[in-house]
Amino acid sequence: MEINNNQLLRFTTAGSVDDGKSTLIGRLLFDSKSIFEDQLDSVSKTSEKKGHDGVDLALFTDGLKDEREQGITIDVAYRYFTTPKRKFIIADTPGHIQYTRNMVTGASTANAAVILIDARHGVIEQTKRHSFIASLLNIPHLIVCINKMDLVDYSEEVYNNIIGQFEEFSSKLLMKDVRFIPISALLGDNVVNRSENMKWYQNGTLLSTLENLHISSDINKIDARFPVQTVLRPQSEEFRDYRGYAGRIASGIYRVGDEVAVLPSGFTSKIKSINAGEEEVEEAYAPMSVSITLEDDIDVSRGDMIVKKNNQPEQEQEFDVMLCWLNNDAIKPRAKYTIMHTSNEERAMIKEVVYKMDINTFERDSEDSKLEMNDIARVKIRTTRRLMLDSYRDNRNTGSIILIDENTNETVAAGMIV
Amino acid sequence: MSKYYLNYLDELESEAIYILREVWAQFENPVILFSGGKDSILVTHLAKKAFYPSKIPFALMHVDTGHNFPETIEFRDDLIDKLGVKLIVGSVQESIDKGRVAEEKGKNATRNALQITTLLDAIETNKVDCAIGGGRRDEEKARAKERFFSHRDDFGQWDPKNQRPELWNLLNGKHFEGEHFRAFPISNWTEMDVWNYIKRENISIPSLYFAHEREVVFRSNSWIPVSEYLKLEEGEKIEKKKIRFRTLGDITITGGIESDADNLEKIVQEVSAMRKTERGDRSDDKRSETAMEDRKKQGYF
Repeated sequence: MEINNNQLLRFTTAGSVDDGKSTLIGRLLFDSKSIFEDQLDSVSKTSEKKGHDGVDLALFTDGLKDEREQGITIDVAYRYFTTPKRKFIIADTPGHIQYTRNMVTGASTANAAVILIDARHGVIEQTKRHSFIASLLNIPHLIVCINKMDLVDYSEEVYNNIIGQFEEFSSKLLMKDVRFIPISALLGDNVVNRSENMKWYQNGTLLSTLENLHISSDINKIDARFPVQTVLRPQSEEFRDYRGYAGRIASGIYRVGDEVAVLPSGFTSKIKSINAGEEEVEEAYAPMSVSITLEDDIDVSRGDMIVKKNNQPEQEQEFDVMLCWLNNDAIKPRAKYTIMHTSNEERAMIKEVVYKMDINTFERDSEDSKLEMNDIARVKIRTTRRLMLDSYRDNRNTGSIILIDENTNETVAAGMIV
Repeated sequence: MSKYYLNYLDELESEAIYILREVWAQFENPVILFSGGKDSILVTHLAKKAFYPSKIPFALMHVDTGHNFPETIEFRDDLIDKLGVKLIVGSVQESIDKGRVAEEKGKNATRNALQITTLLDAIETNKVDCAIGGGRRDEEKARAKERFFSHRDDFGQWDPKNQRPELWNLLNGKHFEGEHFRAFPISNWTEMDVWNYIKRENISIPSLYFAHEREVVFRSNSWIPVSEYLKLEEGEKIEKKKIRFRTLGDITITGGIESDADNLEKIVQEVSAMRKTERGDRSDDKRSETAMEDRKKQGYF
């Protein structure tokens, strides 16, 4: 394939073992011709050994030893395929144990979420859970696949009923772009190839939908935020006075000559140059990795943020976060954690659990303050110093945090700034 | 459509540079694991971009099995010269001489698994706290589960079922003394992406990747190069073929494919028409279904 301007789309798939999620991914890979001969050979052999008729597509997503033995997915696995229109990264997340933790992980960088519903069962608790997480993580596009249409005689009525059920509960969630597609992953209807069995369905197949989603505006291009990762000070004669601030633009657009402020100090200056690798550029935008030099010699280091003078984030020491607990060890009251936010790191304390969320009923419980693995709650956090914050709804990159347990160094929670 | 979006290669590049800078910011003494293969050459190229106009702030670490293609070593030494970075060599031969490991026996004996001990020893002696590798998730099912920042305990072991969740772009490299990390900046690249990028950036790679005449024998469905380490088996005969290598490992285990692709343009075309995975010609992965997973758990790349 030629080098071209194709975009990269990341999506996550959610569903349980029985929804046919693995079969769907296998079908996407197989029908888009992303499976290699030796992979096909190995899967055909295993299918035969297990006594399946034909090739079991689900086996293409098989992973670690334990997963194959138990027939389950333990951890997020990443799959890749390319079509003439786009490159795709699938974050394949398990539907059963530790579902929240893994789905949140997979969803955090996704442009789209594919949610599977079994046409025979309609909307179930798990559908609500997955949709809630997709909305909480602010995934820009949601594609609801109503699967196993072959088992309900490809009925348009069944399909419409399920859409109705979905819309009823999802009205409580914030979702921008939701689409529905009737499919059969097993037989291939409307996955890559248009179904002959559902002429009543006029819209795109799953693949063509994924190929055509408008994702250029998924990243915030208005609020310019540049967290400094490191400072480049070359030792060579030629660049004696060079002080470049290296980082990846979190959002927005920067141009040479822009008036900027360096936070938290608040000193202002102008952008003198922008480098993308060895090349000097006039403008740069998210998510480019660049290095920026300023007209004035001011003190800038890792954890600082370069923003436009007239568009600055909030600076807060106490703020509310929707927190997802990811660790086996439950939350410790008033315990201290390390908080990571952009390239910044401080110490933090959870001051209060405001309410816990029941992700099956969307009800809030303000009595329960115990947070365990997979729990989601709104909490108040206090940090040792002010952070430069945006709300997660406005900015995924500057609105997200993780908490690290100082005793184990493990990542114990992920948070979205309210 | 707005002009402010990146194409997929630019986005992959930007992600890799971000990860490399994060390694530099979070660790004391990181190295790039350099095998002389295209993936570690790519990582080195990306590191050059990430820190320009500074020099690459990492040493390159080569785990030398002693069973090299001479072309690889020549390429390595040239690159080190050009970049002005330090080279650290961990020698498998030395590990054998010191009695740390024993040479495998039998007809398919290789030094592949022995590298684990040498690698972990080199990491320990040089006080390396992060080893950057060119591993990609599309290569192998165990690698599909890797994080960008992947924790190793004080025995150098990987615990795939107990990995730290990795969310957004927030990478947690915190570790205790004696533990270390592996970082994989090109996790999300596929073989095709690597070749397209090498072509776009015109990155120089060892001549072994281009079609050339070579003495080879046909074994396990691929062309194994003749070298002083190769023992001919019954019925095998040495032939001269025009071949190239899709991956580079030890000369004893890396099979070539028949090819006329003698420039990057032709390689990209050839790879896009390939119907077999690149590791399909690597006998180290053919030993069992979980060969890679087992080695990775012990501390392999």
